[in-house]
Amino acid sequence: MTLKINNKKVSGQEGQTILDVARENNIKIPSLCYHPDLKIKANCRVCVVEIKNYPRLMTACSTEIQAGMEIYTDSPRVKQARNLNIELLFAEHIEKCTDCISRYNCDLLNLARDYKIKIARFPDRKSFRPTYKFAQAVEIDGTQCIDCQNCVEACDKQGIHYLKMAGHGINQEVIPIHDKKHACIYCGQCALHCPVAAAQEQAQWSAVERVIRDKSKIVVAQFAPAVRVSIGEEFGLPAGTNCTGQTYTALKKLGFNQVFDINFGADITTMTEAEELIERLKDPKAVFPMTTSCCPAWVAYAEFYHPELLPNLTTARSPHIHSAGAIKTYWAKKQKINPKKIVVVSIVPCTAKKYEAGRSELRLQGAPLVDYVLTTRELAFLIKKNNIDFKKLAPGTGHPLFNDGSGAAAIYGASGGVMESALRTANALACAASRKPACESRLEFKEVRGLAGLKEATVNLAGKKLRVAVVNGLGNFSKLLPKFKKYHYIEVMACPGGCLGGGGQPLPTTRTIREQRRLGMYQIDKDKSVRRAHDNQAMVTYYNWAKQNHLSDKVLHTKFKKTASSILTSRRQKTKSIFSFK
Amino acid sequence: MTNILKKIDEAGLVGRGGASYPTAKKWAAVAAALKRRSSAYIIVNGAEGEPGVKKDGYLFQHHAAEIIDGVYQAAVFLGVKKVKKIYFFLNHDYYHLYAASLRRLWGAKKYAALNGRWDFFIKPARLTYISGEETALLNLIEGQKVEPRLRPPYPPSQGLFGQPTLINNPETFYDVSLVARGKYRGQRFYTISGAVRRRGVYALPAHLSIEEILRETGNYPDNPFFVQVGGEASGEVLNQQQLAVGAEGSGSITVYDLARTSKDKLLKYWLRFYRDQSCGQCTICREGTYRLDNLINAPKLDDKLFWEIVDSLSDSSFCALGYSLPVPIRSFYQNILKK
Repeated sequence: MTLKINNKKVSGQEGQTILDVARENNIKIPSLCYHPDLKIKANCRVCVVEIKNYPRLMTACSTEIQAGMEIYTDSPRVKQARNLNIELLFAEHIEKCTDCISRYNCDLLNLARDYKIKIARFPDRKSFRPTYKFAQAVEIDGTQCIDCQNCVEACDKQGIHYLKMAGHGINQEVIPIHDKKHACIYCGQCALHCPVAAAQEQAQWSAVERVIRDKSKIVVAQFAPAVRVSIGEEFGLPAGTNCTGQTYTALKKLGFNQVFDINFGADITTMTEAEELIERLKDPKAVFPMTTSCCPAWVAYAEFYHPELLPNLTTARSPHIHSAGAIKTYWAKKQKINPKKIVVVSIVPCTAKKYEAGRSELRLQGAPLVDYVLTTRELAFLIKKNNIDFKKLAPGTGHPLFNDGSGAAAIYGASGGVMESALRTANALACAASRKPACESRLEFKEVRGLAGLKEATVNLAGKKLRVAVVNGLGNFSKLLPKFKKYHYIEVMACPGGCLGGGGQPLPTTRTIREQRRLGMYQIDKDKSVRRAHDNQAMVTYYNWAKQNHLSDKVLHTKFKKTASSILTSRRQKTKSIFSFK
Repeated sequence: MTNILKKIDEAGLVGRGGASYPTAKKWAAVAAALKRRSSAYIIVNGAEGEPGVKKDGYLFQHHAAEIIDGVYQAAVFLGVKKVKKIYFFLNHDYYHLYAASLRRLWGAKKYAALNGRWDFFIKPARLTYISGEETALLNLIEGQKVEPRLRPPYPPSQGLFGQPTLINNPETFYDVSLVARGKYRGQRFYTISGAVRRRGVYALPAHLSIEEILRETGNYPDNPFFVQVGGEASGEVLNQQQLAVGAEGSGSITVYDLARTSKDKLLKYWLRFYRDQSCGQCTICREGTYRLDNLINAPKLDDKLFWEIVDSLSDSSFCALGYSLPVPIRSFYQNILKK
């Protein structure tokens, strides 16, 4: 059907909204609460448009097009209502721009710039609101919240239902549910869907800046598989662009003494996990299914909501903990550095890893293996803050002792990637053991790929039929639970799409963008000559070294325990606003 | 068209909750949606959240039998077996006063086919205004946050728990009962309150003008006055020269003594009411009503900003609560203060 927007003829399909059609035609309509992942709520009232013969303005996000509609996106009426609504929203949001990691990429500030908004027209009204902090991972700052409710829905979609809207009218606020049945799993999907960074990671960038300046320390950075395919978006590159080389250089420029690739750690994880899978398959008393445990939000979920499943979790540590272990033992020894001088900073697409890094089992000689965790967003912020022209950086490389991993490591950040990596290696190990070298060369397990919420397959492992399942987004876990026992091996990633859609990734993250990042990862895998973890010689050398030196329990394996409700209380903090003197 | 629907259509019944939507159209929409679904709900929206309207309470007191009969007519029309539940949405007071008699009435033998499906839902003490809004009411019963839903879908096609849902005012069900028995005479109920001698609820022809209603009931004041029609919150304000029109919407007339009414207090009452009753869902209603309340209580009124917010409320609110605020405010300025 055809219609007119700002007197320009455009066409669209039945069922499309005005916003859909406008964006297809590059006609700008601003929005805040709209997010393609979520239900249309139309509560921010920023996308209002005027339609001829309609008594009131309509929200473009929620109004379906009709043939012959005449729509105006910037008429005087629209301007008045839209600008006022934006000004009123600014009065809900205390501008903490100076140290806000969204400052270079802020939807609100962009609106202010585009429409010449008087951001201080109304006095701030939420200055006394508290901030809720969840472990070291995520926080919800009530002084910045614009009541769009995106975080609540994102949490609901994860199946956690930890957040709710309390109160009404001007007293409405997002609060965590304070009981023994609900707990935050730190996934950060709230932060990924918050348009104004009221829900966000607990930033550590300034602490990292400080420690970089400390000359008594050797500060090393390591970055995760999913960071390289998304960081470019912050600098205008298409989602999925492989920025491994620029990331090395950028981190060096920021002052890190050494840069490693967590992909190397992912190969360690694969090796450890595949060996465990083979062990379990050999043991008639072994617990099945084995599940992955590299997603710390999934671990937090299992420890709280399903402690009965903890024996199912693989004891293999997660990639950045694995590589940090390699750095603080193997690398330190080879370089003759006191491990206590080494500070490891992980750059990850994840908020839950901030919590994971503080877990008491993941320490070496009393100190955490990973000292600081930054999200992809925090890294982008630091790069921008230091005026580094990311796009123009010459590609760098990491330390020669460790490499940037196999192709199997590259796909770790995609849902199904961890499983495929483990299957590649487990299959080879099983085939070698069973003297069926014909099957040993199998590389790809495409049946576990893709963005479907729940993927199931039966794969042939040296003649044994292995039933596998992949949970893509924790909201899909409940669909799997009733048939949990029927599988041998299950991958669970808390965030939709896997780490590439993680809570620490750049905004926006949408289905389209997740798919582009995913394709980027599989392209890296395809381009690699070494595509299986056990073929990564440097990793195998380290792996054998760790085992020979009896470090398995210190750097390769971990354990889990049921979350006591007493611990839970200590992980949830309510802090008063620093503006509360007002 | 079935017999009852035809009668309702011919009688020209409209919803008496305030929106005056044609009853036949609503019923037909529920029936149409029910063709593809297995069950439907009926809700009697009798919580009367609008201040100054008292006729639902009057009807529960004096005409509960007709209301129950009207509901029964609706159930028969939709198919008795398909009606999953019938809710009487009442405020606390009405529940305590009328629940017993309503229970007794629906327990009668002739309604045996609906046994076990009648129920009450009591309105919470807070959010009394917005919870009367049809879709916010659905959320309330479902245990969701009390705020209106996006439309479409409309309640007749996807209402309570996603099922087709017929929501009508008690007076509408009362009218249906009369229509079914051929006794409908085009009357409706008016609540008259304020600075008058004979406050109360009156049944009079629906075509009367406000002036006629006041005179007919012996309530036409001697002193100069003005009125608010359709509720003491969302009703339109009219001066003495504007009374040749009917009392539309929920049919209430509140009379204010022109000399004795504090204009300032009245404005402040309205704005505080809207601020306190806003559910908080959309920006302009949550924030705009708060700012208006601040502005009116400031030493000097910022005129320009005041009207900018009022305009934006009618232009960009999510639901009727937000865009009804400008009705009393604008008409009060236009018809009373400017004169």
